[in-house]
Amino acid sequence: MEIVLALAIGTLTASGLWLLFRPRTFQVVLGLSLLSYAVNLFILAAGRLRTDAPPVIGREGTVDPALYADPVPQALVLTAIVISFATTALLLVVLLASRGLTGTDHVDGEEEES
Amino acid sequence: MSGWMHHLIVAPIVLPLAISALLLAFDERRRALKRVFSLATVGALIGISIILLWQVSHGVGASPVAAPHVYLLGNWPAPFGIVLVADHLSVLMLLLTSLLGFTALFYAMARWDRSGPRFHVLFLLLLTGINGAFLTGDIFNLFVFFEVLLAASYGLILHGAGTERTSASLHYITINIAASLLFLIGVAMIYAATGTLNMADLAERIPLVPAADLALLESGAAVLGTAFLVKSGIWPLSFWLSRTYAAAAPPVAALFAVMTKVGIYIILRLSWLLFGDTSGEAAGFADNWLIWSGFATMLFGTIGILSARTLTRVAGHYVLVSSGTLLAAIGIGGHALTAALLFYLVSSTLAIAALYLIIEPVERNTDEEDVVAGVAEPVFDDEYTGAPEEEEDEIGIVIPGTIAILGGGFIFCTLLLGGLPPLSGFIAKFAIIDALFRHATITPTSWLLIGLIICSGLATLIGLTRAGIDLLWTPAEDTPPPLSIIEVAPIGLLLATCLALMVGAGPIFLYMEKTAGALGDRSAYVEAVLKAPRAGEIQP
Repeated sequence: MEIVLALAIGTLTASGLWLLFRPRTFQVVLGLSLLSYAVNLFILAAGRLRTDAPPVIGREGTVDPALYADPVPQALVLTAIVISFATTALLLVVLLASRGLTGTDHVDGEEEES
Repeated sequence: MSGWMHHLIVAPIVLPLAISALLLAFDERRRALKRVFSLATVGALIGISIILLWQVSHGVGASPVAAPHVYLLGNWPAPFGIVLVADHLSVLMLLLTSLLGFTALFYAMARWDRSGPRFHVLFLLLLTGINGAFLTGDIFNLFVFFEVLLAASYGLILHGAGTERTSASLHYITINIAASLLFLIGVAMIYAATGTLNMADLAERIPLVPAADLALLESGAAVLGTAFLVKSGIWPLSFWLSRTYAAAAPPVAALFAVMTKVGIYIILRLSWLLFGDTSGEAAGFADNWLIWSGFATMLFGTIGILSARTLTRVAGHYVLVSSGTLLAAIGIGGHALTAALLFYLVSSTLAIAALYLIIEPVERNTDEEDVVAGVAEPVFDDEYTGAPEEEEDEIGIVIPGTIAILGGGFIFCTLLLGGLPPLSGFIAKFAIIDALFRHATITPTSWLLIGLIICSGLATLIGLTRAGIDLLWTPAEDTPPPLSIIEVAPIGLLLATCLALMVGAGPIFLYMEKTAGALGDRSAYVEAVLKAPRAGEIQP
């Protein structure tokens, strides 16, 4: 399981970074989205990987915390997902505005001289 | 710890947030109402910060001791629940922010808040985020407040629209989203190494981190630090800064002057709290990086000031010089130096804000095409629904002697930024140099910092004088533009604050010394947070 997750994070990061450095705004947005997926998985991994362990402890008496997954990273990931969602949406709007104003989808607002 | 005074600490976050949500309900036709509301809010924030400042330095209620003021949100004990902490440093930054916010908002009423929709909402939201970042006591909430302030700043950068703003903000947003991702990676790595995100708890656990995990912790902190350094504009991560700030509307740029200082604040706080002298193996691990990248930033900023052709670019590069000075000084560390750098932080932030505000009326006179027009065509049709059809006249009285007032203010700014006596800029730089000389041995790094401080001051002086001669002394053919009292008053207020810094340098330095002392006293901070009594519990 660790190797699968590590590979997933690595692939997402690599493709995200590659797209981030592309000259088209849409590619940059996609790159940032892929990077944020990678980061979310990474946060989850920071709380140690567990399967079949619930994160929420019920009300019944004393429990052994070792049987439970760490709930903090999951809460962090939730917050991070919401925030990256919102910022990506905002970036898309700016992308459209920039496309409308400059007439090109190059990140600098003008085509390179070639 | 009784009554409403204890709850006052949440006000700097909740008050602007609530008012900004409320203002969202009114459309652009109710502008007068919005102005009254937002100005009153920011005015109240100044009052609240002053009360908090008094609380922190005199103690609350019956216990007259200066201690960090801790507030448990949700009433869970500290490492598990979320805490707000107000200590000397955070209330100082709160006061600085509200003061800048007030002046920028006041200035915006001249015409800038009309150049696009929902200015006041975003402005208050930005203040919410900044105040939250100063007050929060754990790293993840810091991320949340950072995102709040960034999201609001994205909106404000775009305020007024226009091609230049849109394309500058595209870069700004992309860089900041990438930096936020670094922030998250850093947080996750620190959590993996220590199992906590509460700053006080982290300070306790970091000395206990086993040697095998030290690399994980340090790389986590380094990644986290990079995110803040991007914000504070360190070289080579600062190329976005001067262009973005130049493209922003002047009142927005003035408020952004404090946003770079948010990054500086976090670096200062974390490097003292988490990686101070008693942090075992991890102590001071990045100090050399801070010092040398600070130097590189100062050098880059100095060259930038000399080569800039527009005043807004000069101001943007001065922001870099100021950040570089602060970071290098943080890296060198020491009690006296920290007090001096705090004074420099306050003085330079106020002066930069004043410069950003004064640039626009000064440059209004030039023949050049107005690159960043105040009002641009809306990009999306629905943006302006409800906007008034015709623009009302400039409010306020147009005052005579424009050139004299602008020239005077500009010279004042130049002296402040260049660090010439007798103004507060000089006192701040002198204090930094004096603190460096007070070390037992003066290292080559100290000499380098002194040299760079003096050179950058000289470059600022040259850059601003050249621009001033161009803009103010060259006789203009057309009559000088009208200058409204609404624009002059906030600039005057900022410069008067700098004068007050100069006149009251003694007591203010005493406060800065206390702040540096409080930063050095990690155990007091940790104890105050971890032993904070829950509401309803009786204090022992």
